[in-house]
Amino acid sequence: MPRPELQAPPDIFYNEAEARKYTTSSRIIEIQARISQRALELLALPNDGVPRLLLDIGCGSGLSGETLSENGHHWIGYDISPSMLDVAMEREVDGDLLLADMGQGLGLRPGVVDGAISISAVQWLCYADKSSHEPRMRLKAFFGSLYRCLARGARAVLQLYAENMDQSEMIMTYAMRAGFAGGIVVDWPHSSKARKAYLVLTCGPPSAQTSLPKGKGEDGEMCSEDEESDDENQTVGIYERNRPRKKLKINKNGKGRGWVFKKKEQMRKKGYNVPPDTKYTARKRKAHF
Amino acid sequence: MRLLTHNMLASNVKGVTNGFPLRLEAEKWAEKEVELNADFLRHMFSKIEWKALAGAARAVGYGELPDEADASMLDSEDFLRRFHHALLEIHVEEGALVCPESGRRFPINKGIPNMLLHEDEI
Ligand SMILES: C[S@@+](CC[C@H](N)C(=O)[O-])C[C@H]1O[C@@H](n2cnc3c(N)ncnc32)[C@H](O)[C@@H]1O
Repeated sequence: MPRPELQAPPDIFYNEAEARKYTTSSRIIEIQARISQRALELLALPNDGVPRLLLDIGCGSGLSGETLSENGHHWIGYDISPSMLDVAMEREVDGDLLLADMGQGLGLRPGVVDGAISISAVQWLCYADKSSHEPRMRLKAFFGSLYRCLARGARAVLQLYAENMDQSEMIMTYAMRAGFAGGIVVDWPHSSKARKAYLVLTCGPPSAQTSLPKGKGEDGEMCSEDEESDDENQTVGIYERNRPRKKLKINKNGKGRGWVFKKKEQMRKKGYNVPPDTKYTARKRKAHF
Repeated sequence: MRLLTHNMLASNVKGVTNGFPLRLEAEKWAEKEVELNADFLRHMFSKIEWKALAGAARAVGYGELPDEADASMLDSEDFLRRFHHALLEIHVEEGALVCPESGRRFPINKGIPNMLLHEDEI
């Protein structure tokens, strides 16, 4: 099965049938709750028991937002799929819901939000679903508006399934350009099944607060049986996972022909004018004097 | 949508420089009781645009908010109760949000504002 992101735009992919299937799967419910709990932990809100105003971006049917409510917080959920939002309404979630496209910006007053989470959604911005879609512009609009609406020092934690390193780099680049500090926390990096990547972003100048927490299982500790096993065949939004970094590392003798072909193909897909592949492609040039 | 969210939302339409507050046209709303949390209200107070809240509250028939408010009023239990009710207990179900500058209407259906922009508004 190809990734959902490659099958159809999100508002089409998450139609009524899919929205229901998604929200009635006990496995998905559990996985999303666990990821949301971890995202909330990474938000590192002050431990004073005061409820906060949070965003849930790509809130879907409210599985992620429910974790926020259970922890006493108020939230505003954004989603582009009317069917997912219908299910959320039916389930009487406590957050407020908006039918909106995060790639158009969030449309909030500056500095009012105490934190934002996004669970398994932001990778959708990397795909051009309409001829008018320019992923880079959409990432720029999204991160720019996210940065502006957060209070200084507030965090955004985005768990996402990038298709490859290029995507995660592109996403990270636009987050940094918007002014965020932060990085990626990877939980269970050694498990192909349980591996989860969280972009942890802080608004405002770098401080002690900005330092990243460690990912779970980073030092080789393995995750518990259940955390590993119930991710099997998961359809939460990813079918191919990030390859471990190692495989993409370049070898010492330069990047190789395969890499060049891949790169050229990517550039072609993006619409650049790229010379055809020939037997000369990526050959070493003779030294000229 | 509760008035809490209305108070945060601003129109995002291309070319609009001041998209706040969106005018609330409420046709149908419901009230739902929630537990009052004074800490949350105190935390939120500085972020709230009071005039917009009082105006939106009037649009749903709640005229019990003062026209102006300052932080000293947070000591009054009566004030907190009114603030709480306006902010969190009124749900707008049908109606529209209207951009103060461009006049663009964002419809609210089944409690959900449709904030999707058309291509020429981005
Ligand atoms: C895998 S679901 C996750 C839903 C929810 N966060 C959860 O944990 O159950 C991804 C959601 O992202 C939403 N989404 C995708 N692209 C979006 C966009 N551009 N703006 C807003 N939501 C989007 C989809 O409609 C879908 O509901």
